Amino acid sequence: MTKVYVPTDAAARSVGADEVAERITAIAGVEVVRTGSRGMLWLEPMVEVETPEGRVGYGPVAPEDVDGLVAAGMLRGEVRDIGACLGLVEELPWMKRQQRLTFARVGVVDPLSAGDYTAHGGIAGLRRALSLTPAEVVETVVDSGLRGRGGAGFPTGIKWRTVLGAQSDLKFVCCNADEGDSGTFADRMLIEGDPFTLIEGMTIAAYAVGATEGYVYLRSEYPDAVATLKEAIEIARVEGWLGADVLGSGFTFDLHVRVGAGAYICGEETSMLESLEGKRGTVRAKPPIPALEGLFGRPTVVNNVLSLATVPTILAHGAEAYAAYGVGRSLGTSVFQLGGNVARGGIVETAFGITLGELVNDFGGGTSSGRPVRAAQVGGPLGAYLPVEQFDLPMDYEAFAAAGAMVGHGGIVVFDETVDMASMARFAFEFCAAESCGKCTPCRVGAVRGVETIDRIVAGDDRQKNLVLLDDLCELMTDGSLCAMGGLTPMPVRSAVRHFGEDFTT
Amino acid sequence: MTSEVVATASVPVPGRAQRVLEIATELRGLRGSLIPILHAIQEDLGYVDQGDIPVVADVLNIAVAEVHGVVTFYKDFRRTPAGRTTVAICQAEACRSVGAVALADHAKRSTGCGFGETSADGRLTLDEVFCFGNCALGPAVQVGDKLHGRVTPARLDAILGEAR
Repeated sequence: MTKVYVPTDAAARSVGADEVAERITAIAGVEVVRTGSRGMLWLEPMVEVETPEGRVGYGPVAPEDVDGLVAAGMLRGEVRDIGACLGLVEELPWMKRQQRLTFARVGVVDPLSAGDYTAHGGIAGLRRALSLTPAEVVETVVDSGLRGRGGAGFPTGIKWRTVLGAQSDLKFVCCNADEGDSGTFADRMLIEGDPFTLIEGMTIAAYAVGATEGYVYLRSEYPDAVATLKEAIEIARVEGWLGADVLGSGFTFDLHVRVGAGAYICGEETSMLESLEGKRGTVRAKPPIPALEGLFGRPTVVNNVLSLATVPTILAHGAEAYAAYGVGRSLGTSVFQLGGNVARGGIVETAFGITLGELVNDFGGGTSSGRPVRAAQVGGPLGAYLPVEQFDLPMDYEAFAAAGAMVGHGGIVVFDETVDMASMARFAFEFCAAESCGKCTPCRVGAVRGVETIDRIVAGDDRQKNLVLLDDLCELMTDGSLCAMGGLTPMPVRSAVRHFGEDFTT
Repeated sequence: MTSEVVATASVPVPGRAQRVLEIATELRGLRGSLIPILHAIQEDLGYVDQGDIPVVADVLNIAVAEVHGVVTFYKDFRRTPAGRTTVAICQAEACRSVGAVALADHAKRSTGCGFGETSADGRLTLDEVFCFGNCALGPAVQVGDKLHGRVTPARLDAILGEAR
């Protein structure tokens, strides 16, 4: 029986992976295993054939290519001089240059096989955690230097320490999987490709802070991830990884999925909590912080998918091993995502400190259109647009902040020279106007005024005066908004004006 | 275009209130049950009718205004039935960098619908979405339940042709 791996990831499916899998399944003597994606998305659908030396990759493989490739010897791993053959997947430069800790199993295992999960190191982190006291688990996470991967970069362990210290008969762990930022898809790929890692991470978090109930707030735009995670939770209950007596330790924790309803603002943690409570997703003023008064007013850990999914490897291999990666106060690895107009888009998990240029040019291979790169937006719709002159910036929370930008969730969207940066700046305001929860005036009204002001600038209507007004508006939104939506919308706008001012003329 | 016209105004089917009552009663025990209830209503009955709102409010013992507020806050909840096929085009930055705006213009021209509108024959609803998480293979378009990547105007026409 030849084992063939075909991704079931939504991105791979969007370009025909299901049809490819169907054709290969029809061949006698072949067992098809559906996995997550390796993250080399420009090669999807990518097919891997198991050989004694490792998995040999082929991609991109269109459904109509399957018969020809099979006839040429694709299923005999030793035949490698045929079109679309990539060689041993683990040896590809794209893979070898990465340090995959959080994404170690994504694209490798069957996402819903508990046996695969444990065979590839799963549950070791949870076992280790349960052998420690909750406070020891918290301090391990503190020592690892792990910071919130959702964008804010707050130290995860410090947040947990606050929740552990809070007195309550009921505490929650909430996972923010409302990955609404354009250019970010790592949460989705992790949930679709290795959901048990998230479940394990949340269970460790719950044990560390004394929580008994967990919720994953997952966006409705990710139906595959919703289905996979729900199924994984059922399996985890059967395996004893969740439930009344986790791994026979006496510790109780159960997990539920809640599906969002198309509101970008619900990626903001307090708005997400409101939504989980069944209300409109309006932002809460802080304090009180969610760690003390979160879901239904109870102490609550709110972490991003990648933060929680990194916890198992930290527990399994130790805080020091994790903190050995990275630079300055940005320790460990980050899962960068290359998207937009990029030749080789996908997932690059590597230590902090790699430069933006290395990611866009070395990994990404420049634009997919073949035209020169003009800008990259880093950190989602609220992140800065950076010109190629700044591509030597290291991916590091502090270095980016000092440059008026942010690493955010690690999403990088590439634009070629045809981009009109005034229209992108206008879109930042349009998006904010459409998605603002409406609670605070700087965001609700400022975004609308921002669109109007940019229109006047571009039309040449009192240009200088309106540029000053725009700057003033940006400052007001930054200082006066209740949350990051209104507070950071000025970041893409100001960076566009600063670096691409020539686009703001008629 | 056929002469067959499907009214998009809400005409609740008989027994609808009973079904809404069953759904709300079944799910009321969940924490923060309102949004799961609304999702279930839309899944089962296609949209959330104005007449459903007092039924849900009654089951949860909350104000009609609260339910109304939630229904209208979230884009996912439709107030009228959608067309037989829903086409959602991503309009976020990553897809914009590879032509999503031009693709949307093409779709609007060829279907005669703006975003959020249903064609007069009730066949198709056109929507905009901000991100499917398919940012390396844009422009991304969801037709029915299926996500498509690298969608050009020609490919969109072919996909819509199949969906008809």
